[in-house]
Amino acid sequence: MSEGEVSASLKDAPTEETDEGVTSLQSYLIGLGLAILLTLASFGAALTHVVWAPGLAVLLAVLAIAQMGVHLVFFLHVSSSPGSANTILALAFGIFVVGLVVFGSLIIMANLNDNMLPMDQLMQMQR
Amino acid sequence: MSGAVVEGAIPISQRGPASTRVVVSYGFWLFLLSDIVIFSGLFAAYAVLSQRTAGGPTGAQLFDLRHVFIETSCLLLSSFTCGLCMIALERGSQRMLYLWSAVTFALGASFIALELSEFLTLFSQGVNPTRSAFLSAFFALVGTHGLHVTVGLCWLVIMMAQVATLGLRPKIKRRLVCFSLFWHALDLVWIGVFTIVYLGVRT
Repeated sequence: MSEGEVSASLKDAPTEETDEGVTSLQSYLIGLGLAILLTLASFGAALTHVVWAPGLAVLLAVLAIAQMGVHLVFFLHVSSSPGSANTILALAFGIFVVGLVVFGSLIIMANLNDNMLPMDQLMQMQR
Repeated sequence: MSGAVVEGAIPISQRGPASTRVVVSYGFWLFLLSDIVIFSGLFAAYAVLSQRTAGGPTGAQLFDLRHVFIETSCLLLSSFTCGLCMIALERGSQRMLYLWSAVTFALGASFIALELSEFLTLFSQGVNPTRSAFLSAFFALVGTHGLHVTVGLCWLVIMMAQVATLGLRPKIKRRLVCFSLFWHALDLVWIGVFTIVYLGVRT
């Protein structure tokens, strides 16, 4: 039983090695192609006036997030395989912290801004 | 991966410690995430301060998006050639490794040269970090990214010297894998920079 497994794993090992090599070149090529498309799309949307102006910010955000996803999957090789479970967990925590810092700062500063007196009135009160 | 073959036979709790290569990559990945958290602070500062120009020039008046597009292309292509370095490393081909590392270095160096020329043009117009809160945040964010790329270029030169003197031994291979993670992560941060800082002025 175990002998059969060992021989099977020995038989599988070399083919898997070569597969890895081929798919990684493919993955870099696919990643490059998608990244170029997404970069061109965001610059095109920003530089021309084909996109409805109020929707431009949302489109740019979607394109940027998509490109970050492409880079993570095809360049940094983050995948859903069990081998990269720890990587995914750390990444999820990183995204959580980044979201807290960025959106937390924006909300707090906007709130402070709304509640602050205009500067001339503030000067008046301090006299 | 040989891990995939063993997977069904031995449960994950009984497989023993992971290989040094896996542990090193994971540790470096944690460092990269903490680095990205630093950038998130700078992004938050920029997002809060981007309208506070104190009567000075705004982003829309300052940024040349064609220039930024060339910078973006350089960095994206260097990320790709860095991937080709990793393939050369897997195949143990030292000559291809030198070739693609040289291309990666050239593209990274042209990115830095373009960014420096942009900064020097701005400085010559009296646009500097002390002018307004917007410009402080801009130079802090883009400057920190540029500094990271510069450090990456130095690291690449050191790695090539190590490959030349020590050869492709496992320790050197692990260091090169860490370098490629670092380089790809810098490109990831640049996506945020060009979208929020440069293209954001058009919204």
